[in-house]
Amino acid sequence: MDRALLAQLNADRAAKVPVAVATNLKSGAQTLLYLYGKRGANGWPNQVAERARAVLVADKAETVETEDGPVFLNPFNPPLRLIAVGAVHITQALAPMASLAGYAVTVVDPRRTFATESRFPDVVLSNAWPDEAMAGLKPDLRTAVVTLTHDPKLDDPALDAALKSDAFYIGSLGSKKTHNARLERLRRAGFSDNELARIHGPVGLSIGAKSPAEIAISILAQMTQALRQEAA
Amino acid sequence: MTTATVTTAHEDILGQLAAWREAGKKCAVATVVETWGSAPRPAGSQLGIDETGAIIGSVSGGCVEGAVVQEALEAMQDGKPRLLEFGVSNSEAWEVGLACGGKIRIFVEQVE
Repeated sequence: MDRALLAQLNADRAAKVPVAVATNLKSGAQTLLYLYGKRGANGWPNQVAERARAVLVADKAETVETEDGPVFLNPFNPPLRLIAVGAVHITQALAPMASLAGYAVTVVDPRRTFATESRFPDVVLSNAWPDEAMAGLKPDLRTAVVTLTHDPKLDDPALDAALKSDAFYIGSLGSKKTHNARLERLRRAGFSDNELARIHGPVGLSIGAKSPAEIAISILAQMTQALRQEAA
Repeated sequence: MTTATVTTAHEDILGQLAAWREAGKKCAVATVVETWGSAPRPAGSQLGIDETGAIIGSVSGGCVEGAVVQEALEAMQDGKPRLLEFGVSNSEAWEVGLACGGKIRIFVEQVE
């Protein structure tokens, strides 16, 4: 690996630019290929640039056979993100767990007694109202949104924004009764049943979780399932 | 089984490679490029190795890292990339193998 290529790759990763490393496994020749444009594709067989795009979209490495030999394509996508609305006890467990699983975590809660640095070390905290916070965070295909406050004033605006985004996972804490009431409010706000079906509620896989940490496990497990299994 | 690339935020392998070069150390990177059966780490997984044999990341559950480090140290000497294959079938040839019964191919290259 060329040192200049490594530097560019690290700069792209820091700038959160999706980039694939193409390696000719016979010669060791390498280039960087991007989601958009032909940068880096010069002198490489056509199908390499085409497959690089597919590899980035699927976030899955593959080897392409070409007339120049096998070419390995390795995607480097920006980190997954978790937006957790509600700086509650469950969030204190979910934030570090999600961080270990590779998510960049933002906790949103305008209630300053909850969202404090001592309760959430090493996490990005936002004291903005959820609708403002979501407008700034712009959830995308690699973002999970989980609401955990039980408070319609805080949860509903976040769910509204999440449903209008490409977020791969939307979860909302609350009992069946709470969840049904929530769905009814969102229905009145104009969302269809199809759209509302994107919300996982009651949140988390059914594993009998009781403690905040166990509930966090069930939520992270469901996020993983949505990311890896439902997309496949 | 999923084969997506998974890197944790706490293991910045490529950042570590750059830091090693910055510090004037030789280093190499090993990448899983193909897997068959129940391989422990998916294609795209990486292991960084410096000239002292220090490592970051993983290419298996610890089964073949020792052999990969040896090859990486040699790649740092001769500058040539190599394609290694590990599996049950040739575990004797390599004297290491995957207990899980899978097979993996690993590309090892020096960071110039």
